[in-house]
Amino acid sequence: MALSWLLLILLALAVIGYFAGRTRALASAEGDARALHSLPSYYGYNVALTALVPALGLLILWLLAQPLIVDKTVSGMIPDTAITEGSDRGLVMSEVRRVAYGLDGAIAAGTLSDAQARNASADIEGLTQSLKDAGQVLTQDISKPILMAAQKYRSMTAAGSTAMQVVVLLAALLGAAFAYVRTHKEFRARNVVEQGVLALLLLAASIAILTTVGIVLSMLFETMNFFQLHSWKDFFFGSTWAPNFRGGSELSILPLLWGTLYISLIALLVAVPIGLFAAIYLSEYATGVTRSIAKPLLEILAGIPTIVYGLFALLTVGPALVSLFGDGGALGLGWMASSNAVLTAGLVMGIMLIPFVSSLSDDIINAVPQSMRDGSLGLGATKSETVRQVVLPAALPGIVGAILLAASRAIGETMIVVMAAGAIAKFSGNPFEAMTTITTRIVSQLTGDTDFASPETLVAFALGLTLFIITLGLNIFALYIVRKYREQYE
Amino acid sequence: MTDISQTPDTSSTAKPKGSLFDKDARTKRRNAAEGRFKLYGIAAIGIGLLMLVVLVTKIVTAGTGAFQQSFLELSVELKEDKLDKKGNRNIEDIKKVSTFGYAPLISTALETEVQNLGIQTDLKPKEMGKILSKAAQADLRNYVIANPDEIGNTVSFRFLVNSRVDGYMKGRVTRESIANDKSISVAQLDLVDQLRDAGVLYKAFNPDFIFGSDASDQRPEAAGIGVSMLGSLFMMLVVLVLALPIGVAASIYLEEFAPQNRLTDIIEVNISNLAAVPSIVFGILGLAVFINYMHLPTSAPLVGGLVLTLMTLPTIIISTRASLKAVPPSIRDAALGVGASKMQSVFHHVLPLAAPGILTGTIIGLAQALGETAPLLLIGMVGFIASNPPDGIVAGFLSPNSAMPAQIYEWSKRADPAFYERAWGGIIILLIFLVTMNTIAVILRRRFERRW
Repeated sequence: MALSWLLLILLALAVIGYFAGRTRALASAEGDARALHSLPSYYGYNVALTALVPALGLLILWLLAQPLIVDKTVSGMIPDTAITEGSDRGLVMSEVRRVAYGLDGAIAAGTLSDAQARNASADIEGLTQSLKDAGQVLTQDISKPILMAAQKYRSMTAAGSTAMQVVVLLAALLGAAFAYVRTHKEFRARNVVEQGVLALLLLAASIAILTTVGIVLSMLFETMNFFQLHSWKDFFFGSTWAPNFRGGSELSILPLLWGTLYISLIALLVAVPIGLFAAIYLSEYATGVTRSIAKPLLEILAGIPTIVYGLFALLTVGPALVSLFGDGGALGLGWMASSNAVLTAGLVMGIMLIPFVSSLSDDIINAVPQSMRDGSLGLGATKSETVRQVVLPAALPGIVGAILLAASRAIGETMIVVMAAGAIAKFSGNPFEAMTTITTRIVSQLTGDTDFASPETLVAFALGLTLFIITLGLNIFALYIVRKYREQYE
Repeated sequence: MTDISQTPDTSSTAKPKGSLFDKDARTKRRNAAEGRFKLYGIAAIGIGLLMLVVLVTKIVTAGTGAFQQSFLELSVELKEDKLDKKGNRNIEDIKKVSTFGYAPLISTALETEVQNLGIQTDLKPKEMGKILSKAAQADLRNYVIANPDEIGNTVSFRFLVNSRVDGYMKGRVTRESIANDKSISVAQLDLVDQLRDAGVLYKAFNPDFIFGSDASDQRPEAAGIGVSMLGSLFMMLVVLVLALPIGVAASIYLEEFAPQNRLTDIIEVNISNLAAVPSIVFGILGLAVFINYMHLPTSAPLVGGLVLTLMTLPTIIISTRASLKAVPPSIRDAALGVGASKMQSVFHHVLPLAAPGILTGTIIGLAQALGETAPLLLIGMVGFIASNPPDGIVAGFLSPNSAMPAQIYEWSKRADPAFYERAWGGIIILLIFLVTMNTIAVILRRRFERRW
């Protein structure tokens, strides 16, 4: 029985429960809804929710826990001798899983009977052949312990699924029966339902916490695994980034961090002056009409997906820069060899950040009280003097916050740098050279075939965690500054 | 009252600074600085808008080509002795003829056409055939399998031409640029010129780009974005089904019920921080939790949808809270006053009034999710050819597929520049979706926005 059927049955139970509960409540009041404590529908909702919610909760918990338990049991079964040199338990487990899925696939394709798949003393060659006939992919030869583990895996998973269905359905039936029996005209159905709904609302709100915890935990565990395989000193204080999938890699974050910060710096050098002046003009000088046209137009730039900017950098800005600064270019300088360069990525990222800086600064400048401007203008200052000497100093903390937010955006930006920054990790101050960033390396270490046992893959989690901490720190700091500043004038 | 400045009395007072109308040097300097300052502002906005114009122009000029494709129209004789030897039109027998079986038919058709048109060329038939796409035989085979009754007849068929020839027709490839190109020669371009003048080789609108599937590295002319569009659609369904209810429920809790305590503070801080977490971090989360831990299928739109849901939730929560906040307390008070419970006042009165705002926020969140690429790279939605549309709804969620932005990224990485044109074309389609969604959001806001 597939999961979708289980869900449908649960839903059907809930619907039946709703009508049953409603009818029973009305019957207990002899059909007079006024004699009930709550509206009749609340009695129905009570039965439906009591049937559905615990069962669904149980289902989700079971789905999360079962793979963990099965993995633990099966991996404990594999003798140490079955783990070959240069491999580890995790790799063997993924092979076991592959064989187990392969057996399922072969049964589905009809090349293998269920009894054959369960037969522990089956001859391995014949089994391998029938797996191949069914189009299943195996990466290595099946050995006896792996086959036994795979069979155990299959039987445990199957038993687990059956048990899950029984338990979940039982929970739903019990819940429905419990609520149904309690249904009576004196029963305070509305209060109970509202308590339940409130709990669901709280649960939904907690998903934000859950996501953060998920992000941190998922990266933390793999990062710890990484630091067991690779020295943390090299990661934080080394100077070379040279991953080598045959082992002996040097994986240091510093060159990547340098590339990230350099590109972000260029992006900010583009975005901050343009964005700030645009915001000043829009809030201090522009007429209503200009503002209502220019502001939304500028904000279109913020709504364009980053993949578009990436392509723009790769195919338009990069070649244009090469034709200016490259060998035989218009300026005859020969500084730029390839269109992948720090400058390309930085310029385009800067364009992307213009609306970000301008709309944030615009809000902040508008929050400066008009009385301060009036005072300055009344003393005879020109408008620009007022802006420079009164408005900007007053808005400075907020603007710094906006710039920090933009910086955190730039540091975490992925597509533009993946497409336009290049792949060379080095310390260099030349903006015409290719350089690489943290996000680029995360993408390249985690795409394609990844095995979660090599430091070359796991380093991506350490990079991700570092990125997360940097951007989180910048954001919290920036929000703190902005909030503090807002309070000042409220 | 006398206006002193109009009747200057030069004799009575010393006037070191001259008239107020004559600006002194300092005033001039200050005014010039004022003008410059204003100019900087105009320039900044000008640069921003210029960039927008350049970007849009580039997208339109580079991308519109993808919607047109060059076709060569030939009369092909579908010989019965080649395609259906038994002559009983059994579809299984016809399917047994591989694409190689169709090559001679096409080659003959091209030769005949060239002779009929009286075109002089030194090219051998094999060389001539190279102006056609590598997809030509498979296209003809699909046509025959779909219309087995046409076997034995001579049909007029539109073949795709090679991407170089297509590029030549569109002006991307020139005689100079192919000097080092092994896949096409000047003689072949001469043939192309003559075929074009004869009217059998022409450019036409290419619906396969919008609705078709991706093609391998060798056949950029046959690649389309349709399948990845379906992938995006399934992802957006997941996002809509999960993010909207969860986001609205979370906002209702935070805005209407949450007590002032530590838990509420933690939730609020978490939401505002999640909104600023780099999208790639969500990709890492998806890879670690959904694929590595829960063993959900790699590259599946379901996983992409789950990741994008987590990413979109903060956006939806923030906008929903804003629209709940905009409902005046008098509505709640009135509901409570006539005896509704707190829950009833929220669900019966506040929520319906906030619905347009919630919808607007959801659409904007969806648009943001639709254009997001980085997390999709990590859960494996790139690096393969999305060649088959999913067969059914379950497969649509679970079988490997690409998504529009991931497909564009994939094309931008391939070697043949013909794929770049397709990448820009894909961007046009993506932007059309985004613009439509945002326009709907703006219209909804204008139409239903209420000032209390």
